[in-house]
Amino acid sequence: MTAIRSLRGPLLLTVTLLVAWQILHQWAGDTALTAPLPTLEYMWNMIGQKRFLPHLVETGLAFAQALAIAGLGGVGIGVLLGGHRLSGEVAEPILVGIYSLPKITLYPVILLLFGLGMSAKVAFGALHGVIPVVLFTMNAVRNVNRTYLRTGRAMRLTPAQMGWHILIPATLPEIFTGLRIGFSLTLLGTMLGELFASQRGLGFLLMTAIDLNDVQTILSIAVLISLFAVAANSILLAIDRRLHRGSAA
Amino acid sequence: MSKAGWIRTFVLVAFFGTVEALCRTGVISPKLVIAPSAMVESMVELLASGEFNDDISQTLSSVGIAMSLSIVGGFVLGCVLYWLPPLRRTFDPFLAAYYSLPHFAFYPLLIVIFGLGAMPLIVLATLFAMVAMIMATLGGLDRIPRVLLKTARMQRLSLPSEIWHIRLPAAAPHLFSGLKLAVTYSFIGVIAGEFILSTSGLGHQIAFAYDNFDNATMYGLILFVLCIAITFNLLVFAYERRLARQRGL
Repeated sequence: MTAIRSLRGPLLLTVTLLVAWQILHQWAGDTALTAPLPTLEYMWNMIGQKRFLPHLVETGLAFAQALAIAGLGGVGIGVLLGGHRLSGEVAEPILVGIYSLPKITLYPVILLLFGLGMSAKVAFGALHGVIPVVLFTMNAVRNVNRTYLRTGRAMRLTPAQMGWHILIPATLPEIFTGLRIGFSLTLLGTMLGELFASQRGLGFLLMTAIDLNDVQTILSIAVLISLFAVAANSILLAIDRRLHRGSAA
Repeated sequence: MSKAGWIRTFVLVAFFGTVEALCRTGVISPKLVIAPSAMVESMVELLASGEFNDDISQTLSSVGIAMSLSIVGGFVLGCVLYWLPPLRRTFDPFLAAYYSLPHFAFYPLLIVIFGLGAMPLIVLATLFAMVAMIMATLGGLDRIPRVLLKTARMQRLSLPSEIWHIRLPAAAPHLFSGLKLAVTYSFIGVIAGEFILSTSGLGHQIAFAYDNFDNATMYGLILFVLCIAITFNLLVFAYERRLARQRGL
């Protein structure tokens, strides 16, 4: 019963979106928006095609690398800044400032620095994702309850035990929230990076399709990426909620 | 200024000083990055020449319209979702995954519906920015301390005065962060759209300068866009500060 309840929202939403799509199709016509069913069929065929696979791999690789850099780098920098109070205070406003810049304007600079190709996409994706991870990690480390640390010292834990039994469980929920937000932004950054000056990848396919006004391909790719984003986000959100519930108890 | 503030200023000055020195001595090639002083010089020249006035006014008015629409619309929609929990449960997964969707895939559709010109860009940017404001509004209304609402009931405040005197001020910090995000996202939406799918506007001029290896113009325009975004953020920040001081925080 609870499973049905929790699925009701997403199901309703899916139905609403499909209906809206169909209505828009009726209104705007085939040149602007193909109907849902043929588009999904076309998408299914497209995934099966051989010429599609290298693009998917390219985008997947770029995203995975950017995510790894953003996640590991962000947590690393965040722990350092959170552990050292003064450097954290110095860095935080700068980071918040960079976070609120429209980074898309910097993409030509990234292209000049990293050259065309994979590394520019990775750099642009990582640039989007790393700052929220740093900010959340920094706050998590900074706000570890002092009592836990004192308890650990009273029990004479070694630094390794202190890290494993106290610091990681205490900071994990917040850090995970940062990683979840970082995940979405890295995906956004990588996709934006692929839209301009790219020769491979889903973003490139999308741009070519836009230039040709190949509506079916445009929508198929958009749906594919959206499905991936929504699925990944739901899983991460579920883990996030579980972690936070554990920490509150 | 606090100690951290002094160090922060020093770090920023040292950073730009180093870049300047590296550029002037030729360690960083001017084909990649031009010296910060040259960027400022180029920006002033471009603004003084009036060559880009049309593009500037077009982009800024698009951003301005998108920003106002998304802030007002996002706030209203956020309040509606807050008062109607079933609706909110339905849209929650959509909102959570929203920023990983590839918005630009829907641009051709917008062109068919709204025609060529600034309109599709404004719609795109509004759609892009509005959800940040919706989420900030929801977050702010969710986090109003219970005790404040109880106080309002004890004072027998009417609904309008409860909203005006209790709910809005209590949610204000979240509303402001939503405001800042909405500004950034409006910029991203308009400028990214102009990058790939437009023949005028600042984004187009930046991309055009990039394509022509005209680094002076490109960096000058980028700096100009960043300056506007930063100025706006600083204004919101200053207002936020004043508000916080009034409340004795």
